[in-house]
Amino acid sequence: MCSFVYRGTASIMGQKILLSAQEIHIILHRLACQLLENHLHFKDTVLIGLQPRGTALAQRLVKILKEDYQQEVSLGFLDITFFRDDFRRSDKTLTANKTDIPFLIDDKKVVLIDDVLFTGRSIRAALTALQSFGRPDKIELLTLIDRRFSRHLPIQPEYRGRQVDVINHEKVKVMWAETDGQDAIYIVNEP
Amino acid sequence: MSELSVPHLLGIKYLKPADIQLIFETADHFKEVINRSIKKVPSLRDITIANIFFENSTRTRLSFELAQKRLSADVINFSAAQSSVKKGETLIDTVNNILSMKVDMVVMRHPNPGAGIFLSKHIKASIVNAGDGAHEHPTQALLDSFSIRERLGEVGGKKVVIVGDILHSRVALSNIYALQMQGAEVAVCGPKTLIPKHIESLGVRVELDLDKALAWCDVANMLRVQNERMDMSYFPNTREYTMLYGLNKQRLDRVNKELVIMHPGPINRGVEITSDVADSDHSIILNQVENGVAIRMAVIYLLASKIK
Repeated sequence: MCSFVYRGTASIMGQKILLSAQEIHIILHRLACQLLENHLHFKDTVLIGLQPRGTALAQRLVKILKEDYQQEVSLGFLDITFFRDDFRRSDKTLTANKTDIPFLIDDKKVVLIDDVLFTGRSIRAALTALQSFGRPDKIELLTLIDRRFSRHLPIQPEYRGRQVDVINHEKVKVMWAETDGQDAIYIVNEP
Repeated sequence: MSELSVPHLLGIKYLKPADIQLIFETADHFKEVINRSIKKVPSLRDITIANIFFENSTRTRLSFELAQKRLSADVINFSAAQSSVKKGETLIDTVNNILSMKVDMVVMRHPNPGAGIFLSKHIKASIVNAGDGAHEHPTQALLDSFSIRERLGEVGGKKVVIVGDILHSRVALSNIYALQMQGAEVAVCGPKTLIPKHIESLGVRVELDLDKALAWCDVANMLRVQNERMDMSYFPNTREYTMLYGLNKQRLDRVNKELVIMHPGPINRGVEITSDVADSDHSIILNQVENGVAIRMAVIYLLASKIK
């Protein structure tokens, strides 16, 4: 809980905490409840986490739904590298991650899950990429952090953890206990 | 490493081990893509690729074309047989004419060793060597290693024997470079007349007895006898070649271990390999063909991302 102690303090190494572990815990449970409220038994609903950063969030939600609400939810991971619109625009070659969708999404309700919604371009790519796996009945978007006022495309989430106003050169960094040692979300100043 | 160290794929010799690793990891993702019901990704929408073949090819040309189309690139095909090359045009002129139509990448097969290297010094486009004479055939070697890695888990530490017409084979040379770069041991086996002199200087074993070679190896890559490249008689007759260097069921049973059998195609059934071996569980010949598309997608994707 040490990250909780730092809450509200000014920048530490150019970064300030946006959400502590405890706040993330509460938000995740709320998001899980909202999913449950809209999808009830998850019989026709699948969750798809976007690689690389949306997968941890998706796994957490699946775990909460299973342990606290006894819901078995199908989970897949989608990599959008080959569908991005900035191929050859960035200096570095885009490297891919694993796509693992072990079910058909035909006529299913799909909930796309990503940690931060920024320009909306990743979600645009994900919508195109999903077409390779069938014709879903409906696609929804769940995001932990919604960076308001920075969208390049008309894309909005159905479920959002926290809406934030961040200036463009600031970066939202989401950390997970499983991979980064702690649950925390920071705003990092990148000049 | 997230990008290739080279702007062209002219030969395995010019790659680094990390390049091969990156190509394999990227090909893993493309292999998943080509097994989807919709096998296409839009990555290379703004790239135009010319496939220029001065020599006959079926599988390599189809595999390249399919890889390019799966990546959504625009593709033009050119084969020397129906072209102005017959009217006396030079290689650079031919390619420059094609490039003035705004082509970003050239995939070329040419009967002369070094044709790709020559071209890369004279034109502005990314070049992929799809076979240059008896020199190199890098994508074939990459897909061969990728198939070994898929079947045996890794290439490093494995023993691979390349059997047959080593002298006229670009597949053999590229495979030797690729396998050694990944830490495999390589031997070549065939009639003495078809083994290049001083090939030991590349660090490969030479074995003239196929049974001994099979007893030693984990993987046998059977090559075709390239009659079209032979300017003289290298062995008495096909029947004798098959007796000494043809792979058949009896030979395989005698070795009594799990060998992996490969062949770059096209197969001359009954000459270098019999049907019961080519179609057996030991054979990964058709996996090689499938992996060829994924490997070529990876190579083209990684090279295209360096075109600015």
